[in-house]
Amino acid sequence: MNDANPLSTARASSTQDKIPVTVLTGYLGAGKTTLLNRILSEPHGRKYAVIVNEFGEIGIDNELVVGADEEVFEMNNGCICCTVRGDLIRIIEGLMKRKGSFDAIIVETTGLADPAPVAQTFFVDQDVQNLARLDAVVTVADAKWLAARLRDAPEAKNQIAFADVIVLNKTDLVSPAELREVEARIRAINPYAKLHRAVRCNVAIADVLERNAFDLDRIMEIEPDFLEVDDHDHDHHDHGHGHHDHDHAHTHGLKHYHDEHMQSISLRLDGDVDPNKFMPWINELTQTQGANILRCKGIVAFVDEPKRFVFQGVHMMLDGEVQREWKAGEKRGSKVVFIGRDLKEEEIRKGFLACAA
Amino acid sequence: MTEPTSSLAKLVQVFETGAHVTAAGFLDGAPVLALGDGAVLLGEPGAQTRLAAHPSGAILAAVSDAKLLATGGDDGRVVAIAPDGAMREIAHEKGRWIDALAMRSGAMAWAAGREVRARDSAGAVKTYVAPTTARGLCFLPKGYRLALAHYNGVLLWFPNVAAEPAFLEWKGSHLDVVVSPDGRFVVTSMQENTLHGWRISDARNMRMSGYPRKSRSLSWSHDGQWLATSGADACIVWPFRDKDGPMGKAPRECGVRAAKVSQVAFHPRTLVVAVGYEDGFILLCRLADAAEILVREPKPGDGAVTALAWDAIGARLAFGLDSGGAGLLTLPS
Repeated sequence: MNDANPLSTARASSTQDKIPVTVLTGYLGAGKTTLLNRILSEPHGRKYAVIVNEFGEIGIDNELVVGADEEVFEMNNGCICCTVRGDLIRIIEGLMKRKGSFDAIIVETTGLADPAPVAQTFFVDQDVQNLARLDAVVTVADAKWLAARLRDAPEAKNQIAFADVIVLNKTDLVSPAELREVEARIRAINPYAKLHRAVRCNVAIADVLERNAFDLDRIMEIEPDFLEVDDHDHDHHDHGHGHHDHDHAHTHGLKHYHDEHMQSISLRLDGDVDPNKFMPWINELTQTQGANILRCKGIVAFVDEPKRFVFQGVHMMLDGEVQREWKAGEKRGSKVVFIGRDLKEEEIRKGFLACAA
Repeated sequence: MTEPTSSLAKLVQVFETGAHVTAAGFLDGAPVLALGDGAVLLGEPGAQTRLAAHPSGAILAAVSDAKLLATGGDDGRVVAIAPDGAMREIAHEKGRWIDALAMRSGAMAWAAGREVRARDSAGAVKTYVAPTTARGLCFLPKGYRLALAHYNGVLLWFPNVAAEPAFLEWKGSHLDVVVSPDGRFVVTSMQENTLHGWRISDARNMRMSGYPRKSRSLSWSHDGQWLATSGADACIVWPFRDKDGPMGKAPRECGVRAAKVSQVAFHPRTLVVAVGYEDGFILLCRLADAAEILVREPKPGDGAVTALAWDAIGARLAFGLDSGGAGLLTLPS
């Protein structure tokens, strides 16, 4: 965020009656429109306002469908990566005039779009913040072609890195070995997103909508998703939504790839952290390296603070608050994760460890 | 906060609209409200007609000139409503939203994304494609010329002249645009909680900053010497009398409260401004001595004041709220 609004330990409480907004990304041909049509045609009893870039591909009537122009604007705050979607601000403002006629908003981006300006719109614009909340970035990926796109299309890599939920689509077109391969490639970039295998985007609606991925109260666990699969007996694959391959050998024999440019860093510090060291450090880090940091989040134990401090960020924008109390028997400790491009891992690690109380 | 010493609240007729109030106005002296459920409410409280101007949509913008109300909807239609309630479709931009409108002396203009259309009083429509979405539109007081605000500046377009429009440049996203009644100044509200202005004669820039919120409601005084603005904990009124406009001068503040101003409307004949707040509170403030008169006290559940309009002679003030409440103040004669 700009200098006028750095992360602080205090934050106004958020209201729960805000309209949730799901951002749907995915490279050209991955199946975004299939997923959108699937969401809209399910008998969920919810009414969605849908912001699309191309009309005519939505096969469902009686939905509030709005055409967007994907106008990405720079904010005049001296921060070059502080871009927002001007059209989205305008559309959300307009939608709120008919508040009550829909329950949630879905924003479909073009295949070549960077998700950051959409997400940043929710950090920057006060009017948007008052009315709506970012729920999750959902990325649809093509199991057959993703590996190739990760090599030649920086947009595809950004979309994977940015995701809270990844729908790995068209798994019927690849062999079990190829599937393991592409999942390992995804995990090399983003180990934290929920990953769902799908054929014709047959995921459960609950797996993609109303995830509260940006809700600080819900940043309960920031463990890599594949570890969770190991620990929890594959429970998130057991929603009965797919007829996909239940070969789970990959959870034990997962290949470890290293993506040359996009990676995640996970840092842990046992014991307490000094807020007077940590806050300047995280603000400075995101100010100076925010252009390369796509997402960050963390849970931090501050000295003499009975509650957990949680934060999240998109590029240079940060949002954080002191949240619930550490539970009895819960080990106080701090953990931060960064997903980004060419991250200076050693420098970030040293900086974080130096925040120890 | 200074408590108003007197109150006009007893002279307010209140009513419910059942929907967000997008804009208020008067047609031949009768109050009219444009609503977020696509309807237009025309007539005196208790005897209102509900007109289905945009049956399957929401009214996103509306302007009126006492003889006609023009509404723009998310159904892509521009509708003109006469004092007798007769409705006429002026345009239908399929699949687009109409959220910017302007009207003057029978001419009308609307924007559908980047496409801006101007329609003269004879009905001839001209189109200009702006470099980015046109957010604000305003006719200049003289001649058939339109100011359109977009990303990185304002264009001054003569629809009947083939030449490229004059460009007033300033980096950033410009939202609403107004032109001073004497035609000397253009002012826009911006995404970054600031106003930007230009003196048209030499394109000299003016920055009016310091707002904690976006300033989305701008109203000129009847003599054209003051511009009242929303977006702060008071109504901020900038002086435009001198040749340099407000440059180097402090603005006046009136109606200071612990809530943000959401709507402002200068009285058409005196230096009194109606000020509506984000909590539903409404005051009248006299510019000369900042004296305040209460119009409306908020009730629990009230949203922001989203519409405020005086009738042509300044005898009545219509208002509407985000949460659907509305009312009509009739000043003692």
